[in-house]
Amino acid sequence: MEVFLQQLINGITLGSIYGLIAIGYTMVFGIIGMVNFAHGDVFMVSVFIALIAFLLVTAWLGIASITVALLIVLIVAMLFTSLVNWVIERLAYRPLRGSFRLAPLISAIGMSIFLSNFVQVTQGPRNKAIQPIVRGEFILLDHNNYAVALSYKQLIIWGITAVLLAAFWYLVAKTRLGREQRACEQDQKMAALVGVNVDRTISMTFVIAAALAAVAGTMYLMYYGVVSFADGFVPGVKAFTAAVLGGIGSLPGAVIGGLLIGLIETFWSAYFTIDYKDVAAFSVLAITLIFLPQGLFGRPDVEKV
Amino acid sequence: MDTTAQRQDVDVVHAVKEACLAAAITFGVLLPLIGFETVSNIDNKLVLHTRWGLLFSIVAIVGVGRLLMALVIAPRLAQRRVRPVTPAATAAATWLSVIGRWFGPFAVGFAIVYPILVVSLGGFSSALKWVDNFGIQILIYVMLGWGLNIVVGLAGLLDLGYVAFYAVGAYSYALLAKNFGFSFWILLPLAGILSSFWGILLGFPVLRLRGDYLAIVTLAFGEIIRIVLINFVDLTNGYAGIGGIPRPSFFGIPFTAGDDGFAAVFGLEFTPVYRTIFLYYLILALAFLTAFVTVRLRRLPVGRAWEALREDEIACRSLGINTTNTKLTAFAIGAMFGGFAGSFFAARQGFISPESFTFLESATVLSIVVLGGMGSQIGVAIAAALFIGGTEIMRDLDFLKQIFGPSFDPTQYRMLLFGFGMVIIMVFRPRGLISTRSPSIFLKERKTISSDLVKEGHG
Repeated sequence: MEVFLQQLINGITLGSIYGLIAIGYTMVFGIIGMVNFAHGDVFMVSVFIALIAFLLVTAWLGIASITVALLIVLIVAMLFTSLVNWVIERLAYRPLRGSFRLAPLISAIGMSIFLSNFVQVTQGPRNKAIQPIVRGEFILLDHNNYAVALSYKQLIIWGITAVLLAAFWYLVAKTRLGREQRACEQDQKMAALVGVNVDRTISMTFVIAAALAAVAGTMYLMYYGVVSFADGFVPGVKAFTAAVLGGIGSLPGAVIGGLLIGLIETFWSAYFTIDYKDVAAFSVLAITLIFLPQGLFGRPDVEKV
Repeated sequence: MDTTAQRQDVDVVHAVKEACLAAAITFGVLLPLIGFETVSNIDNKLVLHTRWGLLFSIVAIVGVGRLLMALVIAPRLAQRRVRPVTPAATAAATWLSVIGRWFGPFAVGFAIVYPILVVSLGGFSSALKWVDNFGIQILIYVMLGWGLNIVVGLAGLLDLGYVAFYAVGAYSYALLAKNFGFSFWILLPLAGILSSFWGILLGFPVLRLRGDYLAIVTLAFGEIIRIVLINFVDLTNGYAGIGGIPRPSFFGIPFTAGDDGFAAVFGLEFTPVYRTIFLYYLILALAFLTAFVTVRLRRLPVGRAWEALREDEIACRSLGINTTNTKLTAFAIGAMFGGFAGSFFAARQGFISPESFTFLESATVLSIVVLGGMGSQIGVAIAAALFIGGTEIMRDLDFLKQIFGPSFDPTQYRMLLFGFGMVIIMVFRPRGLISTRSPSIFLKERKTISSDLVKEGHG
């Protein structure tokens, strides 16, 4: 029971991070029907930006308050990652709009290779580790010498994820931008006819996707405290898996899919062998898709002649 | 007169604005990652170093480049666009079509004489580098590209885990040859068969999936195979890989220095180059086999069914084509060629580990197929030569060290330029390098058609 509770806490934390990245995949897919393979690497770039911002804030500006420092790091990472993704969309994907389906996919794979090697060249190939930023934990339950702990950093991750998801939901459901996004998702031509600036809306989608990835990146840095240039691929593929599991194109699906993948992974590692945790996550994906080809919350594909 | 001068003025102001904007954006994008470098100090703590000089020179280059683009290059391009078609241009077009017609046979001839050419020009010492690193490496990717072309280019099924079959082929050969001592010539077809079984095994569950769902499941499958190879240590020896894999022999004659070796039997002086050249012709023959089988299959009912499936799955089903079998054969035959290439890879390297079968390999092969022009065999070969050859050349550009100083390592930039090249080619030629396709069926005469008329499939 204690092990179960502890793994539940860990799984939700990991799942929050996956969920935030998965939203980026699902939004971009929903609006332009493209698998943004570079999104995992955008996440990795955001971790590096957060790392540099954190070092700047603590070592150069000498801000001692962890709360203020984290808040600044979060905002800086969101801003710069958004700018990076905006530029990527402008250079690598926008010229391919309306082209055939595989062209943006290959462009995105190229971008992914470019980004991870760019970080390798500019920041070096070694792992970058920092001291734990947030220490301390609540002991929820102490039974038979097995303490179920909820650390502060896990609590921060849950809190930030919840707040941002609420803000994001408000953005999509209530604002003009969200309406325009949903309109473009349904029919770009029609949206353009009624006066929606489609190009701008798509750019904003990439910006929002990057901002959420940057939140995930900052929390990843805070949680694990170590990053390398190659760390984009695995979280990227997991998050994409989460997006597909939840039904690609569906926003709540992405969050639920992220949580599920996070939980599957932690529970598998705890009760079975940690070596095959990725196999477990991928197998669940494959099995789900065989019985529910459109994912958990996706709209079924209607075949038209 | 007055108005034109005015317009030019406005253009300059606009161009300067554009250039400033471009410079500002570049500054913003590069500020964190190029402006600062994270370095571990003596206490093994991360500290920041700044690189303002590098950052500002890149920003300046981008700004000036954008200015030149707006003031000099863009007007010229606009001028060229309005110029009518000249006789010179049409002559150039006919020349291009002549080159296009003869390029295929020429490339085949060149590939056949290539090792002889290298040895006669540079002697045995250069053969190892040019035949092994370039020739064999490129041909492996040509073969993989042609194999994947069956799945992606002909049947229109997006497969992101092709490397799994390559791995199955390589491990089948390595394990069976090491543990049971079978020869390469028995194991080559066996590895192909085993790989195609895996292709069918993967094919079954994913038959119902379409588009990007298929892509993610094939990707997951590729990752699962790699993770199993890493963790099934008893069988595969995990990360450490399998070494000492037996090398192929020349119809029973090994390439060793002994009395019964290839050199001794044919009365030649011993050098390892003979093996390299033999391996080169082996992979060349395998690649040609792939191309030949593909060309012939396109004329069989199954090949036509693949292409019909790519063009319109519903129409295909309405006409009574069994789409299940069609998809499975595409997966199986594509996988079989991947398995052949894999067992060749294991035999050539003599050592394999899961490191060689990452997603990057799948992505590289898929990019070669798409960049070359899906469905176009010559395009796939050109893309493989360009990308694999190009990144291999990047390995030995030591003269750049004299320009940029000894700390400059050109090999670091290999994959950087590789990714960049993929984006650039896609942006400028989204349909791939070869933009025409030759249809498998035609009414009166065979003529090439634009690739825009060919669909890409939904699967």
